[in-house]
Amino acid sequence: MLAHYAFIGVFFIAAASFPILPLIGAYFLRPSRPTEVKLDTYECGLEAIGDIWVQFKVQYYLYALAFVVFDIEVVFLYPWAVAFNQLGLFALVEMAIFLFILIGGLVYAWRKGALEWV
Amino acid sequence: MPDIQIPSIDLGVSLQLLIIFGGAMVLLLADLFSGEGNKRIVGYIALLFVVGAAAAGVPYWDAPRSTFNGMLVLDNFALTLNWIFLLSTAITILISLEYLPRQGIERGEYYALLLFALGGMMLLAQGTDLIVLFLGLELLSITLYVLAGFAYPRLSSEEAAMKYLLIGAFAAGFLVFGIALLYGATGTSSLAGIANKLGSGLAADDVAFMLAGAALVIIGFGYKISMAPFHMWTPDVYEGSPTPVAAFMSVGTKGAGFAALARLLLVALGSQYATWGLILAILAAVTMVIGNVSAVAQTNVKRMLAYSSIGHAGYILMGVLSAGSPAAANRGIEGFLFYLLAYSLTNLGAFAVLIALEQRGEAAWSLDDFAGLWHRQPFLAIAMALCMFSLAGVPPTAGFWGKFYVFTAAWEAGLQWLAVVGVITSAIAAFFYLRIIVQMFMRDPVREISPSLDRNLMIGVGLAALGVIVFGISPTPVIDLVQGSVLALSR
Amino acid sequence: MVPVSYYVLLSAVLFTLGVVGVLTRRNALIVFMSVEMMLNSANLALVAFAQRWQSANGQILVFFVITVAAAEVAVGLALLVTIFRSKRTTDIDEINTLKG
Repeated sequence: MLAHYAFIGVFFIAAASFPILPLIGAYFLRPSRPTEVKLDTYECGLEAIGDIWVQFKVQYYLYALAFVVFDIEVVFLYPWAVAFNQLGLFALVEMAIFLFILIGGLVYAWRKGALEWV
Repeated sequence: MPDIQIPSIDLGVSLQLLIIFGGAMVLLLADLFSGEGNKRIVGYIALLFVVGAAAAGVPYWDAPRSTFNGMLVLDNFALTLNWIFLLSTAITILISLEYLPRQGIERGEYYALLLFALGGMMLLAQGTDLIVLFLGLELLSITLYVLAGFAYPRLSSEEAAMKYLLIGAFAAGFLVFGIALLYGATGTSSLAGIANKLGSGLAADDVAFMLAGAALVIIGFGYKISMAPFHMWTPDVYEGSPTPVAAFMSVGTKGAGFAALARLLLVALGSQYATWGLILAILAAVTMVIGNVSAVAQTNVKRMLAYSSIGHAGYILMGVLSAGSPAAANRGIEGFLFYLLAYSLTNLGAFAVLIALEQRGEAAWSLDDFAGLWHRQPFLAIAMALCMFSLAGVPPTAGFWGKFYVFTAAWEAGLQWLAVVGVITSAIAAFFYLRIIVQMFMRDPVREISPSLDRNLMIGVGLAALGVIVFGISPTPVIDLVQGSVLALSR
Repeated sequence: MVPVSYYVLLSAVLFTLGVVGVLTRRNALIVFMSVEMMLNSANLALVAFAQRWQSANGQILVFFVITVAAAEVAVGLALLVTIFRSKRTTDIDEINTLKG
């Protein structure tokens, strides 16, 4: 019983040491000559402009919503894929119908212009 | 070679559902390819599917069957409910056809969403497994959230949708957790399986799980059927939603919620009547009192109808819970179904009259606006008067028989005090229903409004009013229908 | 083997936290998160019970709960965006034109 937890503990320590050890090593090896530019907030190599609390365009939400809905539907594909060999033709047809309905949803979103970036 | 045996599937059981869901998807596509400003055609197609589904159910009368491992049944009880829901939806479509363009919110998705909601209602009537009941309820609720906000960018509609969504999602949380506990106590999600397990006795811990789960599930459904003390959202949501949607909600969620609750209580938890019977009786009494007393104070007729619909939830609940008692098992179900049919027709009729009085951007729903309606629109006034008499339970309307049935059911179940509370609150309710009739027939018009009565709306109002009066004068066909529906449930 | 009752206790605690969150927080987004917590606490209980009874029904229901929750949140966020466009707020106490 406890051995199982010990296994998880070892795993945890190993995982934690991955980022910590190189950081400690780097701390002792690197030269320390800070300048203003080096201490600046780093954002994809560009200089950070403005407040980080900006409003996102509504299009992001539309994409996110469409993504979430289609993404989540995939949970039904996993159990089907796992049991595929035991399920046979019937389940294949059912899954085809399911995907067909999803494609109908995609066509709908497309025609309604939800995928346009305005 | 397949190792997992897929049980044979009887598609007849889900035929009506398939027509409705298939129809909803056809409508979505029809909306895409139909021109702007002519979405009526989508509505007419929706009507065709609804009528088709109603006709498709006829051969299955008196031939109860189940499929999908017993998750879905089509017995007379479910079939009767399906017909009530289909009728309600047909009337809703009729009264929406001209309302939407008049309000400038004619979007083709409306009818597809209505059919999806209808499918959810039918799943709730046919489902005999907690999983199906959950799916049906959520399908109904999520489409109704969208429909409630359908009049965007009108702020009140958006607000109504938001309120409904927050409350509905909260209720869904209770429902799912309750289902989890029921499943945990019994190891099965099928209603019949739960009943079997309860019959063979549970361990003490599991009894606690079962009771807590049942309570949470009842709370979850209680929100949907606006049972006190979970009714607070009702007036706000009805007022803000587009009027046909409010009409649909007031009959749809209630009917479907009660259908599922009835199956859950009577099939799965029937042996526990001693525990839930009295609690629900008290809640029913509180619901009737709160709904009807609050309605008295309202001057906005739409809000008044919302409060009165809370009161009616109490009466319907009276029928459902009486059916739990062996003495009134049949009477209760008959009362529930009859009341539901009468209430659906009546409420749709009353809301349809409100639609006629609603102009773009201006709603004439205060009591004064009904003054002298008789002189301007005798047809509307008569229809409204019939609906008000029916809601008040005055003979010879359908509402009278509904009340008669549930009161006698409660009496036979040994809940005489509940029947007395029902009679007293009906008397209170009669006050505000009759007030509208007095306004319409005996006062002079206060201000000038021109009701807009088109052909489709007229058919909708006419159908509802006709049903109210015909089933009131000769209730025999409905009584036969509901009596036939009882036998199958009490297997 | 961890007893089932531990899982149920944990899920009950999570569920209660979710309920308290819905009742006390005023930001619609946080209310949504609290509702998600209620649903997911139920999922935890369902999976634990499915293990106890060695039946798949509980796990199947979890799949449905996940998808339904996603649909619910999608509608909720869409509504929030439309309300935010007209009212510039996500505080549910400010959404009060309809008075009961």
